[in-house]
Amino acid sequence: MKQTAIDSETTQESIVELNDVWVAYDGKWVLKSIYFNCYAGEIFGIVGPNGGGKTTLLNVILGLVQPQKGSVRLFGNKPDKNSRLEIGYLPQISHADRSFPVSVLDVVLMGLYNRIGLFHKPDRRSKDIAMDLLSRVNMAGHAKKPFAILSGGQQQRVNIARAMASRPKLLILDEPSTGIDSVAQEDFYELLAKFRNEQGISVIMVSHDIGVITSHANRVACLNVQLHYHDEPDSCFSTDVAKKVFGEDLKVIVHDSKCATCFRSHQDHD
Amino acid sequence: MTRNAQPVFAAIKTMIDMFSFEFMRNAFLAGMMLGFVLAVVSFFVVLRRLSFIGVGVAHSAFGGVALGALLGVSPTWTAIGFAVVVSNAIGYIGKEERISTDTAIGIFFPLAMALGVIFIGMSAHYNVDLFGYLFGNILAITRQDLIVIAVLGGLVLLSTKIFFKELLFVAYDREVAFVSGMPVAFLDHFLLTILALSVVISMKIIGIILVSALLVIPGAAASQVTRRYNTMIALSIFFALVSTAGGLIISYFANLPSGATIVALASIIFFIAFGVGQVRR
Ligand SMILES: Nc1ncnc2c1ncn2[C@@H]1O[C@H](COP(=O)(O)OP(=O)(O)O)[C@@H](O)[C@H]1O
Ligand SMILES: [Mg+2]
Repeated sequence: MKQTAIDSETTQESIVELNDVWVAYDGKWVLKSIYFNCYAGEIFGIVGPNGGGKTTLLNVILGLVQPQKGSVRLFGNKPDKNSRLEIGYLPQISHADRSFPVSVLDVVLMGLYNRIGLFHKPDRRSKDIAMDLLSRVNMAGHAKKPFAILSGGQQQRVNIARAMASRPKLLILDEPSTGIDSVAQEDFYELLAKFRNEQGISVIMVSHDIGVITSHANRVACLNVQLHYHDEPDSCFSTDVAKKVFGEDLKVIVHDSKCATCFRSHQDHD
Repeated sequence: MTRNAQPVFAAIKTMIDMFSFEFMRNAFLAGMMLGFVLAVVSFFVVLRRLSFIGVGVAHSAFGGVALGALLGVSPTWTAIGFAVVVSNAIGYIGKEERISTDTAIGIFFPLAMALGVIFIGMSAHYNVDLFGYLFGNILAITRQDLIVIAVLGGLVLLSTKIFFKELLFVAYDREVAFVSGMPVAFLDHFLLTILALSVVISMKIIGIILVSALLVIPGAAASQVTRRYNTMIALSIFFALVSTAGGLIISYFANLPSGATIVALASIIFFIAFGVGQVRR
């Protein structure tokens, strides 16, 4: 049911398209021949082991990394500064930034800077927009607090408010569950679904945690240097294997006979 | 009553006497302006972790001073040329995958110093007070220096104000800033350029070797006691002004070198702020 509803919405507008993308660091391929398509309105999940190239793949989409080979299209065109403005980006939480001296409101306002433009300070209207977003993520009461003193889950909610501030068509999330507890995670994905349903945005998220991806994405792919598709989330992961796997540290490497081949095929190449 | 007040009057009189010397008025005015400029720049130096670049750029100004001495032109202009080029070169080369910023600084810093030594060797009789440039000289500030400090310092402050929110965003998260359309590469070079300018206008009074302390300490001290950026900037300015004013006064009365006294005072302020920060945590 869910699947058909998505299909009718997503019919055709391609949001991100990667064609035969290759990326190497220091002569070693990190991404090989990536073909990737994300359509309007879908939540696309990518799982893969640490070091599998997930962040690199996102960086290619964001224009932060130039591929050695292959082409990238954003919203049907060659990516440029303007098309990137249509993207809201939540990077992997970095603990180094945690003491940065800004308030919660300041962080959300940053999402509006490109609209406010050079030479101007955030005005009343920008502040209203930011406060509105903060109340939508249930953080309005914390607006004046230093961002640094929030919990991981609260910081994540503020970050999503910032990412939504420019009214993006696409939201890109890198390991959104890292550093937040399971209650905060549920809140977070509920929020995500709300934004998606209300504003029809597309979402691409990556994680090394299969559980997160399978329960919240419409479409799933596995990435370990190469990208492998699994049409429906559940087909990727058989439940008993998943059960067995969730207690283990190596859960990502071998979560299913099918995915096991995805992940292993590359280790064999290296 | 009157007997008690006498030492106070004496102290005030000595203070006033101090400002009857033109060099002292100039030094004080210069110190206040520089404190302001260095404090604002140090806010970004601390947030962007550029303090070692500050050290490298400051030292590279020595090459420029020596070139000025060799060519017989004002060392300020040649030092600006050296510092701006070196600062941006460190930023540019440090961006390469294979060269860390740390390595780039490690190359340019001694290179500029080496060129300075070569230039000095080439000029048979230079009449520039090189020692004064290295460690600062309270007597050295002329009226023309004041104008240079006011104009360039004003430029640094004004342009920083214009790009403030963008600079803040890039310091907070440069990748998100890039995706949000901030001109990240331009802002990086802008920051390196104002860093170079503020170092050069400070070298006469604080000294090439000591100025990097004021590029770090005011912002670092402020960051110990607040988590709000406007408070942090205000405190940074306050700490820098107290350091420069206090340092100049102490150096005058105790007959100590001005730059070193300013830096010593700034360091004391840092340790106090650090202690306060620890206690409040
Ligand atoms: N800037 C970089 N320079 C060199 N190697 C890198 C760089 N970024 C990532 N890598 C390497 O590329 C591989 C993929 O990294 P990454 O995309 O971060 O993986 P993931 O996000 O899936 O954990 C890793 O082996 C990592 O060490
Ligand atoms: Mg990653």
